[in-house]
Amino acid sequence: MALAVGCRARPGKSRDNKTGTWRVFKPLFDHEKCSKCGMCQTLCPEGCVHEDAEGTFIPDYAYCKGCGICAEECPKEAIEMKLEEK
Amino acid sequence: MLEITEGSHAVAEAVRLCRPQVVSAYPITPQTHIVEALADFVANGTLDAEYITVENEFSALSACVGASAAGSRTYSATTSQGLALMFEVCFNAAGMRLPIVMSIANRAMGAPLSIWNDMQDSISLRDAGWLQFYAEDNQEATDLHYIAYRVSEDPRVLLPSFVCFDGFILSHTYEPVDMLKQEDVDKYLPKFSPPERLDAADPVSFGMYATPEYYHEFRYEHDRALKGAKDVIAQAGKEFAALFGRDYSAMVEGYQLDDAETVIVAMGSLCGTIKDAIDEMRADGKKVGLLRIRVFRPFPSKEVAKALTGAKCIAVLDKNISLGAKGATALEVKDALYGSTTPVLNYILGLGGRDVRKKDIREIVALAEKGQGEGFYGLRTEVL
Repeated sequence: MALAVGCRARPGKSRDNKTGTWRVFKPLFDHEKCSKCGMCQTLCPEGCVHEDAEGTFIPDYAYCKGCGICAEECPKEAIEMKLEEK
Repeated sequence: MLEITEGSHAVAEAVRLCRPQVVSAYPITPQTHIVEALADFVANGTLDAEYITVENEFSALSACVGASAAGSRTYSATTSQGLALMFEVCFNAAGMRLPIVMSIANRAMGAPLSIWNDMQDSISLRDAGWLQFYAEDNQEATDLHYIAYRVSEDPRVLLPSFVCFDGFILSHTYEPVDMLKQEDVDKYLPKFSPPERLDAADPVSFGMYATPEYYHEFRYEHDRALKGAKDVIAQAGKEFAALFGRDYSAMVEGYQLDDAETVIVAMGSLCGTIKDAIDEMRADGKKVGLLRIRVFRPFPSKEVAKALTGAKCIAVLDKNISLGAKGATALEVKDALYGSTTPVLNYILGLGGRDVRKKDIREIVALAEKGQGEGFYGLRTEVL
């Protein structure tokens, strides 16, 4: 992202703010344990859990802030929050 | 044409000639006469501007931020507690790179309450990222407004400016001032044409969120633009001199500096008194000179160091104090002279309207030459 004078921005530029850099704990999805219920996608406050063509739920680490709600709510305990070294 | 005019009215007339499209201000002593005069101009139709009356200074500068972002040339004026109330907006205006010009009729900060002059108000905003010009007399106070708009609106700068002049001492004093003609100002100051403006048909946001990955670089670019303003000030000053004969291209001004052994460094109207005192001391054979700082932000460190090369003793006079440290000018001068063995003494004086006389300047020079008396000058004996 080239700097715009005065941090001016056209609409839609919030996508450029990769809020994933705020993360301290990273959710690691265990697809073996996952029952594909979709709770993680429903409850993610950032809307950054996506379902792929096979029905597998995948977090978008570019925007995931590591809040841990998905791991807390996962009925199969298939999501582990792991301290992330940067 | 020379006119005998009150400082505030001369400034208001200069602002009118700059054709601001939006004026928003809240009256506060000693700035009041400026904004009253501008309100008259708008009411009489001699200034084609939107005059936005507001409930306080925070709103005044906020209105200017919006108007400037929408592409208008904007103006405000304030002082002291009013400027303090604008604190947050000052940082936003500068960070959004909006070339607002604001007059500061310098006044002391409360508490204790004082309506009288020192420079604590604008000096306390020295880190806000605005340009800061300081005038010695009413001619310079008016001229610096034309220059401030030219420099602020330059695409290489795009930063707001304070034009500072001492409250009452300049703002309420009648002096002869050469007022420019509208057609001449129009030649010098083209229409404001910002690279981007608020437009519902082509939306853009100003001052957006910057993550830790980018904020640092925005500050770097802001600092670079402010430092780069030095060259633009020099160019704008030269063009002004070519058209009107008064040269403001240098960030500092020397008076009797060439062979001076003791050099006083100061800003603002105090320098008029210092020059008279120097004339008297020179008549007595004392080699004393003055280095006046006209532009405090960006700070002309190199120019100050160069001008002070030959000095044997330096006395920095500050009408402000960074409490717990020193006067703001002294801190900058000491930084500029880092590594030099020349003694730099700092004298705090003239706070809250305390008069500074020629005899005070002579006494300070005598003290500085003996390496004495640094700190608050002329304290009442009961506090000693």
